[in-house]
Amino acid sequence: MDWRYFRRRATNVFNLTGSVFATLFGLFWLFWILWTTLSYGITALDWSIFTQDTPAPGGTGGLANAIIGSLIMVSLATAIGTPIGILAGTWLAEYGRSKPIASVIRFINDILLSAPSIIIGLFVYELFVVRIGHFSAWAGALALAIIMLPVVIRTTEEMLRLVPDTLREAALALGAPRWKMVTRVAYRAALSGIITGVLLAVARISGETAPLLFTALNNQFWSTDLSQPMANLPVVIFQFAMSPYDSWHALAWAGALIITLSVLALSIIARVLLRKARMEHS
Amino acid sequence: MMRGPYGAPHFHLPDKKNILTMATGQSEIPDSVLKRQRLMDRAFHATTAVAAGIVLILLVGIIISLFIGSWQALSTFGFGFVTTDAWNPVTEKFGALVPIYGTLVSSLIAIVIAVPISLGIAVFLTEVSPEWLRRPIGTAVELLAAIPSIIYGMWGLFLFAPVLANHVQPWLQSTFGDTPVIGALFQGAPLGIGMLPAGIILGIMIIPFITAIMRDVFLTVPKFLKESAYGLGATTWEVVWNVVLPYTRMATVGGIFLGLGRALGETMAITFIIGNTHRLSASLFEPGNSIASTLANEFTEAVGDAHTSSLIALGLVLFLITFIVLSLAKLLLMSLNQRSGKKS
Repeated sequence: MDWRYFRRRATNVFNLTGSVFATLFGLFWLFWILWTTLSYGITALDWSIFTQDTPAPGGTGGLANAIIGSLIMVSLATAIGTPIGILAGTWLAEYGRSKPIASVIRFINDILLSAPSIIIGLFVYELFVVRIGHFSAWAGALALAIIMLPVVIRTTEEMLRLVPDTLREAALALGAPRWKMVTRVAYRAALSGIITGVLLAVARISGETAPLLFTALNNQFWSTDLSQPMANLPVVIFQFAMSPYDSWHALAWAGALIITLSVLALSIIARVLLRKARMEHS
Repeated sequence: MMRGPYGAPHFHLPDKKNILTMATGQSEIPDSVLKRQRLMDRAFHATTAVAAGIVLILLVGIIISLFIGSWQALSTFGFGFVTTDAWNPVTEKFGALVPIYGTLVSSLIAIVIAVPISLGIAVFLTEVSPEWLRRPIGTAVELLAAIPSIIYGMWGLFLFAPVLANHVQPWLQSTFGDTPVIGALFQGAPLGIGMLPAGIILGIMIIPFITAIMRDVFLTVPKFLKESAYGLGATTWEVVWNVVLPYTRMATVGGIFLGLGRALGETMAITFIIGNTHRLSASLFEPGNSIASTLANEFTEAVGDAHTSSLIALGLVLFLITFIVLSLAKLLLMSLNQRSGKKS
């Protein structure tokens, strides 16, 4: 057999085998991390997690206040971020389109999408916490809302763009004013995609820790006062995992399991919906 | 004729009124209705425009607030802030060299690990894998990005670090420890925490970002180009190396920059594993510090304005670095969209 031919074949087989191993390498970490979270988390999980508050150093207790705190702040952030995000995405898709300023906004939005979340925490700290003088759940929710905004804007625009212009023209030709065309026709056609964007954004902020460190901080006790520091799962996990106490470590693993499962469930649901939304239009 | 945004002629409302009259046979639409609709149109347009404007305001606001917050540190230390390695809250001497060095080195290690692996996965997903496996594996790799960074940190500290300290680091030390130049990278006690472990975990974390972009851009290569190469007798790898990669070069590099941007700003995982020590050291085994981990560790406990201000200045440095890297990424990725005629 020709030597050069053999070498080309060998290189091909070698490199393609390499690509298989690269894939296995990537999946290996996913399974290791998930397995770790599951096995440690399940051992630590019991009902007292959901009924008791975070304990004093070394003590036993649960995560009830942290879970509620996280739910409150994520819901607040979603309530702030979703309408603004959808409206901004609407402007980009329906009014801005190819205007230069729309390209600038898209560019900046994409940068904010990947910008370090800890910087957003610093920003809200400067803007909010310094003025008011103490950490608060409001500040935490605001930081999370800012982080979810670019995700919602991007998917809303993308999904509205999948709606064929013929639909819009049909609505306009029937005499519908533009705002009615957008809200009654375009939004409806893109609804499942827009919801997906919101779900993805919620998944993203549910695990965010860094921005909460400087804004909501933490609270050892039960609190639903939005103007006070509020306990939340990510920061509790951080604090407990870095501590020397075994009972705190166990709680941290339980929290890690709760967060990982909810985030993964959210992103899988979002992905399935997204695929459906894209298929509807193509 | 004036054209509206959909390429269709732009009708003003009075025209529409006439059309409606024709279409519905109704004699008149009351002016009050038209007026209200026109008002609603304007209000809706304005509301969406304001929402879009918030993006711009956010960026400007972030930059301004970081500048104001760091003003004290920047005016005290000047440009020396980024070139000195002192970090002493007691004497109030602050320099950002150690965290900047840590951020860059850990991100560099991450890129060195993530780029070949991501390339491999992207090639697997686009060229090697059977059709039915592509979606599940693609989703699994994307899920790697969905895992919160704090979970990476816990796993890294409690499970990955011991393995690294007991098996990988001693091996690295005995293999490369005596090699000149490179050997210096592997000195010191194998603790399992430090610059190298942080870099490895960062690498794993950015694999999904780089992979997703590489896969998407590989799929934009026109079929006829690849088929021409196959027709000339090229092997699959030769098609990847000589057709796909040259065609997508800019966007692939853009994807790598995007991964780099993510790595630079990653906070929680690094905070767990980098060791949080303000010391400059050539060895990758030694604990260090990154900008983000310094902020996460010290910000809420900072005593005194100089300390807080210096930390915000660190944040400013981080934001500027990531801004530049991410802008480059975006520009490189746009080159592909222009070629394939799509709008980004």
